[in-house]
Amino acid sequence: MKQDHSRPKAVSPAEADSTFERLPVGPLDLSWLRHVQVNRSAVERRAATLFARRAVKKDAQAGWLLRAVSLIDLTTLAGDDTVGRVRRLCAKARSPIRPDLLEALGVSELGLTTGAVCVYHRYVETAVEALAGSGIPVAAVSTGFPAGLSPFKQRLEEIEASVADGAEEIDIVITREHALTQNWQALYDEVKAFREACGDAHLKAILATGELGTLRNVYRASLVCMMAGSDFIKTSTGKEKENATLPVSLTMVRAIREFHERTGHFVGYKPAGGISTAKDSLAYLVLMKEELGDRWLRPDLFRFGASSLLGDIERQLEHHVTGRYSASFRHPMA
Amino acid sequence: MSVLEAFKTMTYGPAPESAAEAEAWLEHHGRQFGLYIGGGWQEAESGESFDSFDPSTTEVVARIAQAGKSDVDRAVAAARKALPKWWQLGAHGRARYLYAIARQVQKHSRRLAVLESIDNGKPIRETRDIDVPLVARHFYHHAGWAQLMPTELPGHEPVGVCGQIIPWNFPLLMMAWKIAPALAMGNTVVLKPAEFTSVTALALAEIFDQVGLPPGVVNIVTGDGKTGAEIVSHPDIDKIAFTGSTEVGRILREQTAGSGKKLSLELGGKSPFIVFDDADLDSAVEGVVDAIWFNQGQVCCAGSRLLVHEGIHDRLVSKLRERMEKLRVGPPLDKTVDIGAIVAPVQLERIAGLVEQGKSEGATCWQPSWACPKDGWFYPPTLFTGVEPASTLAQVEIFGPVLSVMTFRTPSEAVALANDTRYGLAASVWTENVNLALDVAPQIQAGVVWVNCTNQFDAAAGFGGYRESGYGREGGREGLSEYTRPAWLGKLKKLEPSTPLPEPTDAGSAVKAFDLPRIDRTAKMYIGGKQARPDGGNSYPVLSADGKRVGDAGLGNRKDIRNAVEAARKGAAWGKTSGHLRAQILYYLGENLAARTDEFEGRVRELTGCTAKQATLEVSTSIERLFTYAAWADKYDGSVHSVPNARNVTLAMNEPLGIVAIACPEGSPLLGFISLVAPAVAMGNRVVALPSSRWPLAATDLYQVLDTSDVPAGVINIVTGDREGLAKVLAQHDEVAAMWHFGSPEGSAMVEKESVGNLKQTWVQHGKQRDWLDPEQAAGNEFLRRATQVKNIWVPYGE
Repeated sequence: MKQDHSRPKAVSPAEADSTFERLPVGPLDLSWLRHVQVNRSAVERRAATLFARRAVKKDAQAGWLLRAVSLIDLTTLAGDDTVGRVRRLCAKARSPIRPDLLEALGVSELGLTTGAVCVYHRYVETAVEALAGSGIPVAAVSTGFPAGLSPFKQRLEEIEASVADGAEEIDIVITREHALTQNWQALYDEVKAFREACGDAHLKAILATGELGTLRNVYRASLVCMMAGSDFIKTSTGKEKENATLPVSLTMVRAIREFHERTGHFVGYKPAGGISTAKDSLAYLVLMKEELGDRWLRPDLFRFGASSLLGDIERQLEHHVTGRYSASFRHPMA
Repeated sequence: MSVLEAFKTMTYGPAPESAAEAEAWLEHHGRQFGLYIGGGWQEAESGESFDSFDPSTTEVVARIAQAGKSDVDRAVAAARKALPKWWQLGAHGRARYLYAIARQVQKHSRRLAVLESIDNGKPIRETRDIDVPLVARHFYHHAGWAQLMPTELPGHEPVGVCGQIIPWNFPLLMMAWKIAPALAMGNTVVLKPAEFTSVTALALAEIFDQVGLPPGVVNIVTGDGKTGAEIVSHPDIDKIAFTGSTEVGRILREQTAGSGKKLSLELGGKSPFIVFDDADLDSAVEGVVDAIWFNQGQVCCAGSRLLVHEGIHDRLVSKLRERMEKLRVGPPLDKTVDIGAIVAPVQLERIAGLVEQGKSEGATCWQPSWACPKDGWFYPPTLFTGVEPASTLAQVEIFGPVLSVMTFRTPSEAVALANDTRYGLAASVWTENVNLALDVAPQIQAGVVWVNCTNQFDAAAGFGGYRESGYGREGGREGLSEYTRPAWLGKLKKLEPSTPLPEPTDAGSAVKAFDLPRIDRTAKMYIGGKQARPDGGNSYPVLSADGKRVGDAGLGNRKDIRNAVEAARKGAAWGKTSGHLRAQILYYLGENLAARTDEFEGRVRELTGCTAKQATLEVSTSIERLFTYAAWADKYDGSVHSVPNARNVTLAMNEPLGIVAIACPEGSPLLGFISLVAPAVAMGNRVVALPSSRWPLAATDLYQVLDTSDVPAGVINIVTGDREGLAKVLAQHDEVAAMWHFGSPEGSAMVEKESVGNLKQTWVQHGKQRDWLDPEQAAGNEFLRRATQVKNIWVPYGE
C-alpha cells in the first residue's frame, strides 16, 4: 500500500494509524450516473433532523470544536489580499487557539494547527514560506477560480504554477456548463486533465453546487469528479449565491459513501462558504460521523472551507474554560 | 471523558436534557395524583392507586389514582352538567379556550416533553420535536374549527358527552387528538389515559385548569382497563372514541352494540413500506428508521413490513444494517438517543416472544453488534429477512422495533402483498416515478399513504384506518364528523314497532275470476347481474296491506348471501370506474324507471295500500333521488389539506368502502331501497341489498330496469327473504366492508354486535325513522360520507 499523501498532521497519533491508497483516476461509468436517484424532500428531512438527533455537550463539545479547528482550511480569497494579510493568516493557522486556553483544556500536547491555509496562486509562495516547518499544507484555488471559464490551457498552467510554488493541494473549479448540460464526458475529461496537472498535489474539485440546479445533478457531478480522480469534492467557491448547505452536503457525502462502497477508494469532503458558527461546525461533524463514519473526521478526508468559523470556535472554547461568554477581541486575529 | 479523549475518539459523550423542571413539578405534587373531575382534583372514592414507572430506570415516577365506577359516574355527571353551557358559550368562546390551551402547551413545552419521556420511555428528541409541537398544533387547528363551526358546519350540534380512551404510545398527542376536536364541536369529555402513562394527561389537565376551562368540560379519570370498561358501559355517554389494540377495539364494539353510542376506533396495523427499484435508497433507509424505529416501534402505523423489489433486496438490506449499527439505544432524556425504552415489561416480553417465534419459523434475525443498556426495559432494533407472507412476523402486529423484509417482483405484486393483511392503517411508497407512486397509492387499502416519506402527521390531515385498523378519522375536516351531527338527526321520529308479517287471511290470489289471469311472475334473487333461484328452492307469499296475496318472493338463505357477496367481490372493477360513467348509469336507471312509472306506482299502491298520490310521489321521488346521486357521482370531491410542510400536497381522497350490505327499511319499498342503494353505488361501492321483507316486490321489479340500464354484473345484488336473518349473515361476513341497517333497535344492536369479526363499519338507526320523502333526512352529505372513506396521500415534492 502506498503511503498516504495527505500528510497527516501531528495533531493526533490516531490519525496516522489508518492510511489509504490515493484515489487513482478511474473510468467514466455513465450507466452508474443514469441510476442516480436523489429525493430532495427526503434529503431535506434527513438534513433537518440529523443534528436534532445528536448533541455534543461539555467536554465532548470542546474536544469536537478542537477537532473542527484541525479541519479548517483557513482561507482568504479576497481582491484586497496582500502578502502581509496572508502572513497574518498563516500565523493564525500555526496557532489557531490561544495557548493558555489549550493548556486549560489539557490539549497542549496536540500541537494544534488548522488543516491548511487556502489562498490564490499569487500568495502560494508567501504562505509556503510562512508555514515552513509547521507541516501545514498550502492549498491554492485554481483553474480560473471562481467561474472557471478562462482558457483551458491557462487553467492547466495555473495548476502547474501553484504546484511549482509549493502548493500541496489544488482547489479547482469545474465548468458548470458541463454539469448543467449533462455533458459528463466533458466534465470527466476536464477534471482528469486537472488531476494529471496536479501530480503529487491533491485535487479538490469545487462543484459550485449553488449553480448546479438540482441535488441529482450535484450527486452526478460528485461521482464524475471522483471517477476522474478528485481527492476531495467541495461544495462551493464561496462566491455563489448559495454556498454549503446540509442537504447539499448530505447528497455529496452519500455520493462519497457509494463511491467508497463500489470502488473501495476514499474521497474527502469539503463544505465551503457560510459555515461560520461553532454550532454549524458541530452539525457538519455529526453529518460526517453518521453518514460516513469516524474515518471521515480526519483532515485527510474532511475540511471546512471557512474564514470566520475559527473566531466563533475560539470564543466558545474560552467560554468552556472560564464559564463566561467571551469577546472576539480577546483572541488574536487572523 | 476528557477534552483530549473527545478530540481523539470523537465520541458523543452524555448529553442529558435537564429533568429539573419536570422533577420539581412532580415533587410539587408529592408524586401523587388524583382525578380531575368537575374542574378540581379529587381522590378516587376507593382510595386505590397504582404506580407509574420510568421504563428506562424502572423507578416509580408517581402514584396514580385508580378511578372506579362512582368516580366515572361523577365525571360523567360533571361532563353532562357542563354540556349545555359549553355549547351555548358559542364558537368564538370555545375557540378562545382552545387557543389558550395551545399557547399554554407551547409555554410549557419542555416540561411536558421531559415528563412524557420520563413516563413513557420515548426519546426526548421525539417528545421535544414531534409529540409536543403536534399537540400545540392540534389545539391551534381546532381552535380554528371551533371558530368556523357555524359557517362551515351549519345546522350541526355536538354529539354530547364523549368517553375517550387513549393508549400509552403517544399519551399527550392522543389526548390532543381526542380532546381538541371534541371541544371544538361543543362536546364535553371524560378521558382515560393508559395506566402506564397517566402523568402527562394530568399535566395537561393542570393546563386546562390554568386557562380557566369551565368545570366539567374535560374530566380526566385515571385507571386500568376496569376504569375504561366503566366509561364504555356508562349509560349517559353519547360517544366512545378509542385508540388502542384491535383486540380491545373489538370488545368495545361488542359492548357498545345497540347502546346508541357513536363509536370511533383507531386500532392496530401491520403497515407496508414499499421500496421500488428506482427509489432513492439512502433516503428510503432513513424512511425505514422513521417508520419502525420511531417511538421504539410502538406505533400503530409503524412501517413494519418492508416490501422491497427483489432486485435491490440485498443492497437495501446491507444499507439498513449499516444504518442500524449507528442507531443509539439508551436513556430517553439523552439528546443523542434514537431509541428509548419499551413502555412496560409486558410489552418487552411480547416483543421478545414474537422475535423468538420468528426465529423458530425460520426467518433470519439480525441485530446490531452493540448491546442495549441493562438497567431499563430496552430492546434493540431488529431486522428479519427471509420472512414470507405466511410467517407470523408478516401477519401479527408486534408493536416493537422489529422489521420484517419481504420481496416482490412487480408493482401489482407489491400492491397484493401490501394488501395481504387484515389491517389497513398506513403505507409508505418509495419511488422516483410519479406515475408509479400515483398508481400504487390508491390501490393500497390504507387510510394514510405516504409517498417518499413516512409517519407524517398534522392536525389538518385526517388519520385513521381501513379494515380492522378501525373507523373514523382524527384531524382535518373529515375528523370533525366524529364529534358533531346534523341537528335534525336528534329530532327524528321513533320507529313505530313493526307489526309481525301478517298471516295470509286468504291463501289464494287477491283476484279470483274467470278473467284472463295475470301471467305468473317469479321474483328470484338478483345476483351477479342475473336472476337466480333461491338456493333453498323456497318462496314466501307477499301480501298486500290488506292481507291479500299479491305474489311470491324467493326465500333467501345464507348461501344466497354467500353467492351475492361473491358476485359483488367479482364486480370490484366498479370502484375504479369514473364518476362520469357511474353518473351515466344512474341517470339511465332513472330514465328507465321513469318509463315504467305506471307499473311501479301500481306496485307500490298494491303493496302498501297507499293513495295514488302517495304512490306517484314515491316513484317520482325515487327517480329524482337517482338523479341526485347521478349528479353527486362525479362531484363528491376530495380535498387538498393545508399541512405546514413546505413543498407537499396532502390529498384527501374519498374512496369507496368496497362491498356495502344494506338492509332497507320495511316501509317505502321502492324509495327506501333507491335512497340507500343509489348513494352507495354512486360512490363506487358494490351493494348486497336486502329489500323490505314485507314488500320486496317493488325491488324485485327493478331487475329488468337494472338489466336495461347497463349496471355491470355484481354491482347491485338483491336477496329477498327474512331480512333480519339475512342481515345477520351479512353483518358477520368478513368480505363485507360496511353494513347499513334501517330497521328495529334490536336489528341495530345485532348488526353492531355481529360486525366485530372484521370490524366492518356500521350505520344503524337505533330505532329512529326517517321520512324518505324529506331530502334533508333521506339524501345528501350524510349518505355520501357513509358511502366513502377518506384516504390521505402525502406527496412531498421538489427536485
